[in-house]
Amino acid sequence: MDLFSAHNITKHFSNHTALNKVSISVPEQSIFGLLGPNGAGKTTFLRIINQITAPDEGDLFFSGKKLTPKHIEQIGYLPEERGLYKKMKVGEQALYLAQLKGIKKKAAIKKLKYWFEKFEILTWWNRKVEELSKGMQQKVQFIITILHEPKLLIFDEPFSGFDPINVNLIKDEILKLRDNGSTIIFSTHNMASVEELCDHIALIDNSIKILDGKVKDIKKEYKSNTYEVVYTDFIGNLNSILDNNFKLLEQNQEDDLYKAKIKLPDETRPNDLLQNLMPHLVINSFNEIIPTMNDIFIAKVKRNENTK
Amino acid sequence: MKKILLIIQREYLTRVKKRSFIIMTILGPVLMAALMIVPIYIAQLSDSEKKVIEILDETGIFLNRFTNTDNISFRHIFTDLQTAKDNFAESGDYALLYIPKTQIALPTTAILYSDIQPNINVKSYIKRIMSKEIEEQKLIININKLNLDQKDREIAMDIPNSIKTSINLSTIKITEEGYEEKTFTEVSMVLGIFSGILIYFFIFLFGSQVMRGVIEEKTSRIVEVIISSVKPFQLMMGKIVGIALVGLTQILLWIVLTFAIVSIFQISFADKLPVKSTEILSTNNQLIPVEQLQTTNENTDEITRIFEAIYSINFGVMIFSFLFYFLFGYLLYAALFAAVGSAVDSEADTQQFMLPITIPLIFAIIMAQFIIQNPEGPVSFWLSIIPFTSPIIMMVRIPFGVSNVEVVLSMSLLVLGFLGTTWLAAKIYRTGILMYGKKVNYKELWKWMKY
Repeated sequence: MDLFSAHNITKHFSNHTALNKVSISVPEQSIFGLLGPNGAGKTTFLRIINQITAPDEGDLFFSGKKLTPKHIEQIGYLPEERGLYKKMKVGEQALYLAQLKGIKKKAAIKKLKYWFEKFEILTWWNRKVEELSKGMQQKVQFIITILHEPKLLIFDEPFSGFDPINVNLIKDEILKLRDNGSTIIFSTHNMASVEELCDHIALIDNSIKILDGKVKDIKKEYKSNTYEVVYTDFIGNLNSILDNNFKLLEQNQEDDLYKAKIKLPDETRPNDLLQNLMPHLVINSFNEIIPTMNDIFIAKVKRNENTK
Repeated sequence: MKKILLIIQREYLTRVKKRSFIIMTILGPVLMAALMIVPIYIAQLSDSEKKVIEILDETGIFLNRFTNTDNISFRHIFTDLQTAKDNFAESGDYALLYIPKTQIALPTTAILYSDIQPNINVKSYIKRIMSKEIEEQKLIININKLNLDQKDREIAMDIPNSIKTSINLSTIKITEEGYEEKTFTEVSMVLGIFSGILIYFFIFLFGSQVMRGVIEEKTSRIVEVIISSVKPFQLMMGKIVGIALVGLTQILLWIVLTFAIVSIFQISFADKLPVKSTEILSTNNQLIPVEQLQTTNENTDEITRIFEAIYSINFGVMIFSFLFYFLFGYLLYAALFAAVGSAVDSEADTQQFMLPITIPLIFAIIMAQFIIQNPEGPVSFWLSIIPFTSPIIMMVRIPFGVSNVEVVLSMSLLVLGFLGTTWLAAKIYRTGILMYGKKVNYKELWKWMKY
């Protein structure tokens, strides 16, 4: 069951197209990564989901029903361009924003106290926002976003501005939120976090969706049957001992260890390569090279540009 | 609806709690009251000083003719001029009146010696007494020539008095009314211009608060967080209404506090204020002896007349229309200010878009001085009907009295104008607040309106 889906979303601005027939579907209780280079249309897409801007064409569905303003209270949004009123006190401000989301004042105070304590920021309650560092402000904003326990959470670049410790804190919270039943859409440039967190991704480039699916499937699809061998006790070009159907991609030396990347023809198992190599050298490690999301991202975007 | 109330509440409370608001609220009425009280107080102060005038009368005609008033007392001295002058320098008296001896005719000249420029009231008082005395002397001389018996003589002596009195009474009545009429116009002018300028000032003051608020939300990047919960229009209207309430609070506090301060002042300094003269004037329709009117201090008279004129203005109507034109004039422009704020990234960039907002306001203020000359003319009519100038121009005209039809027309058009600008501004606003780092021009704004 998809919690959220978008069909053929198109959005034109006066002199360019921000989104061209983009469709996604986000299964319930999953983390969905929205990837793409700068200016691809991610933020516009997230704004459309939040009903901040209206699409020119296309339909949006929330739990199978057409998305309407009454769904706002079930959506939490942490925009990329985020800030707080500088002159307002932290607690007062968090309370205000929580009430705008439709939480009653008493309940909001109780929840805020809980989260402030959890994030160890309760002592800031009566401090003015301008006294806080950017990272501290981000924590407050994160709390405000998730406070009303929305079914759908949308984070636009949630990790920007956080130090590594807080990035981990936020990551853990995001995973916990999913485990507790929330569905999460987030956009990021941080590919490492995509691999750690995302169940599904969609890659948007130049207003068009060029890739989507489960992270596992995509990675499997982009594997090229290439292996890295680390070995010793052999000096010289590996080509001299490799069978013809194995292709040596690169070979280099680090201290007294040698490394080589070898591509196998399709339908060939790694065992064949090992059998070929074992008589000639000592193998220290043998790994399949799995493309990172980073590699896939770059490859896909570059190819998309070349085809234009 | 509940959300817009939350926004209004925040906008209102954060501003009302600010130190600058509290200071302005207290300082405003103090300044206003000072503006009303100080000139009167100063006028009182300079008059309440007791002036002693020495009289060196070589003719002897005026002995004991100068009657003391509240603040002038006369003292006759009997020396030569040189000694009198020498003594005067040391005495610290106000002035020395020297009436030189004449050989044949009655004296027509006198010299007033003084350290400072003598008060105009003092001079006119002396002149009046002297000419009255000399007239009487001349009359006696002329009657003496007629060789009348005692009874006829008395009648003859009485002739000029009766004639004079009647003439004076009618003259005074005419000038009195004419003068009052004139004062009334002047007070209306001052009041009209004053309220026009206040409206102008308040529209700018609170309008730019709206603009700054929008820029603050935009530059602090909180706007996107908020508009994921509420519509941009709700945010804009919440801000505009919130600040309108701040403005109304401030103005009402100013009015109440100003009246409070002035009345406290009036009570505690009642004896020093020209209450007595007011009583005289209020019985104006009855015949008042010339002397009595003449002896009242002219300065005090003028102030009293102004007060009379002020009291004759219907303050209920003034305050109601002021609040109405302030509120809707502000609302009309506030939406435009919000649109400008949404289109720029910082306050420094607002200049180019401020022009269309400031021009009608400044134009109205400039025109106001011509309007007061001719508050019923066609220019006055049109400018007080067009919503962009009507808040200022109608306020200028109202103290002169404007027909109800015109006021209703002007007010309804202003409300329509407010709806129109808000509708237009909302279109610019909802696009503008999410637009960063883009140099915006009028062509761009036009496009946003059509989205």
